[in-house]
Amino acid sequence: MNEAVRTKKPSKLIRGATGDWEVVIGMEVHAQVASNAKLFSGASTEFGGAPNDHVSLVDAAMPGMLPVINRECVAQAVRTGLGLKAAINLRSVFDRKNYFYPDLPQGYQISQYKQPVVGEGAVEVDMPDGETITVGIERLHLEQDAGKSIHDQSPTMSLVDLNRSGVALMEIVSKPDIRSSEEARLYLTKLRTILRYLGTCDGDMEKGSLRADVNVSVRRPGEPLGTRCEIKNVNSIRFVGQAVDYEARRQIEIIEEGGTIDQETRLLDASKGETRSMRSKEEAHDYRYFPDPDLLPLEFEQGWVDGLAAELPELPDAKKTRFIAGHGLSAYDATVLTAEKETADYFEAVARGRDAKLAANWVINELAGRLNREGKSIVDTPVSAAQLGAILDLIGENVISGKIAKDLFEIVFAEGGDPREIVEKRGMKQVTDTGAIEKVVAEIVAANPDKAEQARLKPAMIGWFVGQVMKASGGKANPQAVNAALKAKLGME
Amino acid sequence: MSGITDLTIAEIRDGLGRKQFSAVELAKGYLANMEKARALNAYVAETPEKALAMAAESDKRIAAGTARALEGVPLGIKDLFCTEGVHSQAASHILDGFKPVYESTVTANLWRDGAVMLGKLNMDEFAMGSSNETSYYGPVTNPWRSRNSNAPLVPGGSSGGSAAAVAARLCAGATATDTGGSIRQPAAFTGTVGIKPTYGRCSRWGIVAFASSLDQAGPIARDVRDAAILLKSMASVDPKDTTSVDVPVPDYEAALGQGVKGLRIGLPKEYRLDGMPAEIEKLWEQGKEWLKDAGAELVDISLPHTKYALPAYYIVAPAEASSNLARYDGVRYGLRVPGDDVIAMYENTRAAGFGKEVRRRILIGTYVLSAGYYDAYYIRAQKVRALIKRDFDLAFEAGIDAILTPATPSAAFGLAAMATASPIEMYLNDIFTVTVNMAGLPGIAVPAGLTGDGLPLGLQLIGRPFDEAMLFRAGEVIEQAAGRFPVSEKWWA
Repeated sequence: MNEAVRTKKPSKLIRGATGDWEVVIGMEVHAQVASNAKLFSGASTEFGGAPNDHVSLVDAAMPGMLPVINRECVAQAVRTGLGLKAAINLRSVFDRKNYFYPDLPQGYQISQYKQPVVGEGAVEVDMPDGETITVGIERLHLEQDAGKSIHDQSPTMSLVDLNRSGVALMEIVSKPDIRSSEEARLYLTKLRTILRYLGTCDGDMEKGSLRADVNVSVRRPGEPLGTRCEIKNVNSIRFVGQAVDYEARRQIEIIEEGGTIDQETRLLDASKGETRSMRSKEEAHDYRYFPDPDLLPLEFEQGWVDGLAAELPELPDAKKTRFIAGHGLSAYDATVLTAEKETADYFEAVARGRDAKLAANWVINELAGRLNREGKSIVDTPVSAAQLGAILDLIGENVISGKIAKDLFEIVFAEGGDPREIVEKRGMKQVTDTGAIEKVVAEIVAANPDKAEQARLKPAMIGWFVGQVMKASGGKANPQAVNAALKAKLGME
Repeated sequence: MSGITDLTIAEIRDGLGRKQFSAVELAKGYLANMEKARALNAYVAETPEKALAMAAESDKRIAAGTARALEGVPLGIKDLFCTEGVHSQAASHILDGFKPVYESTVTANLWRDGAVMLGKLNMDEFAMGSSNETSYYGPVTNPWRSRNSNAPLVPGGSSGGSAAAVAARLCAGATATDTGGSIRQPAAFTGTVGIKPTYGRCSRWGIVAFASSLDQAGPIARDVRDAAILLKSMASVDPKDTTSVDVPVPDYEAALGQGVKGLRIGLPKEYRLDGMPAEIEKLWEQGKEWLKDAGAELVDISLPHTKYALPAYYIVAPAEASSNLARYDGVRYGLRVPGDDVIAMYENTRAAGFGKEVRRRILIGTYVLSAGYYDAYYIRAQKVRALIKRDFDLAFEAGIDAILTPATPSAAFGLAAMATASPIEMYLNDIFTVTVNMAGLPGIAVPAGLTGDGLPLGLQLIGRPFDEAMLFRAGEVIEQAAGRFPVSEKWWA
């Protein structure tokens, strides 16, 4: 394991009873390859279905069956490697990892041990304080998923569902470059974003498409790496944070009380937010890895890789840079908008030919906030990019005020419809007729002579008058026109 | 006609073509022989209904003038081949009751060409053995007996059932497999011709795996021409076996009759073993003379790594087997012996289901792949393997067309004669044959003479990759010089 070189920010250290500690984290992320068929058989990878619906003779390890590599899965792994700015190995080898389990029909998992398809790469992670950290990628390899053992449907038997048996997984191994639970969460979030941009994994953690094994150790700043524990199969980003926090605390307490850390595999009990021991190093399996003699080494040409690289979509980092440089957005807004490809696409559709900053504001604050309250994602938005664009156009044309625009957005969100028609039909147009505005201003000033007097001495009082005029106009008066008329009437200029 | 079942496949082809007899008559002749020969224990399952139905179909084809290459030829199939709906158990208890829903590519090729299935042939359990004594169904008895004794002899192994059935006229030809000599050694012990083709010549799909990087299917037949006819049908590139090779299958029969004039035949000095029986030595000398008389040039060559082949083979083959046989766990098919928990079920099932020799090889294979031993055993054996292959490459690069060696270090030995011997003594049976598997080359065993006791002995020819035609060509020269070796007395009938 390489000794990561990271400057230690005091804010990331954990305070123990005897001083500061640094937590060191590496992650192995299992990402299900987005493909129609399994890694070595033609069986479907569709989620759900009755148990054992999607099982071929190969998946069930019938005698004499042989694996045949699915080229699309290899292409997906290479695309992912390219997205992680990683070295692509033109020659890699599949190995057998041998162990017995009822949901592992072959008695071995076909994986890549010494020669993975993808080598070293890097992921850039933006922290909320503006810092960008780089997490090294050690490797990415292809492997088969196992089936599922079901222990709770019969008092005397365990049942086995092989639908997942043989489904292609990418195991993405990071270097131990992560230094806090927040970094761990944001690394996984960023990795998920990249995979979803690439279309190589749907990133659906609820369906198990993305799972993480988290390696955690602690040390005094500047000292060599401590003994690590591996927390297996953490299946949400929030749980990754929980697992790291708990595990770091647990290890610090043990060491501070004079104990030592046993290298072991642990499980997260998400309901309690605790990790508990699953097996120790002594109980660890001897997997007896050796090259799978049923499969020739996986070899492909650089030209094929170049072809895949040329068709790669724009990735979040590049998109973010473009949003900042091309649209003049802040780094924060660009990060938020590029976190999901769908959001970025939506934003670009709204911003096309319009004020990009205004579009960003509306997408981030109004739309995202509203969707969040409804528990919906951008994919299910009831307000299309064209509808939001129309609302922004109405603002730009001074047909409605920003305030009315929010009401209009609410109507479109709830009821749908053409924003322009709604404004027309419901009389939401703002009043820019200065004569009409001056008339209202005159009435209100006349009705409140004492306040008018105060306002002349204390110009901030004008806000009260603006509010009164707006109220009287049903919010439709143009605020600039109101301001100007008031200032003139009160003789403030 | 001494009997319809004494005809070679070439003669059957002619006879059926001239309507001298029908395919159904032929099949009935063999079924009658099989019934009378049950004492030999060559078949583990007979399929008379299937045989007669297939023969009837052949007769229709012949009548219609649409006969195929192997129309009506009755074959026995080694139990290692999966045959749809028919007993396919690798002569093991652990596959109790297993009847596949699929057909191996090799047997499918044979049925496509019109061959008729008589039944499944006995073998050493999972093809592990050199005497056919490790079968769950009991040993096969060699149809040959010594001139001076009625003591039963072994037919060799692992394709003992195939060799015995061909020699005893219980089928016109048989499928077999060869991982370290399992076609050539039993062929030599029974006066039949057996060829192990180049690795990748026949598909392994649907053949129960023993050692995937060494296993290869081939025929055992009455004579060289029949072996050539059968291999032509068995061989194919198969998208379901990515280790099969896309090289056109030549018309092997066309190579016959070309003689060996001007060919360079290599004689490896390392195959002259200390303490080699004089009869084997004499046979080898005789073979050289025949080829020389036919116009070949004899060239002394050296294959310096030969002595490491057997030990390296007994690391590689068990290593792969230990993993290949992990799927027989009692979970999905075959034998299940219950236990208190799943581990106990595994242990009980595998202890009861595997015979002693299979268990021994699983243990050896597990050991050599274990952490701490892998480099010392498996990696070194792979290096030796590469050196053995290089020895052959250099010989062929120097212009050698084929290599002549004895097929076995002895003639057939007595049933149970090796019962008290160490396993190593049994393994020595493969001393002349394993190098060929380690190098992936084709090798043929051709009967060449009798011992003083009247037991058959064979010579082996080793060829360049995918140059099986050369082996048939040179083998035919030996066959013509040595004569045929039919079993003299059908003592079992």
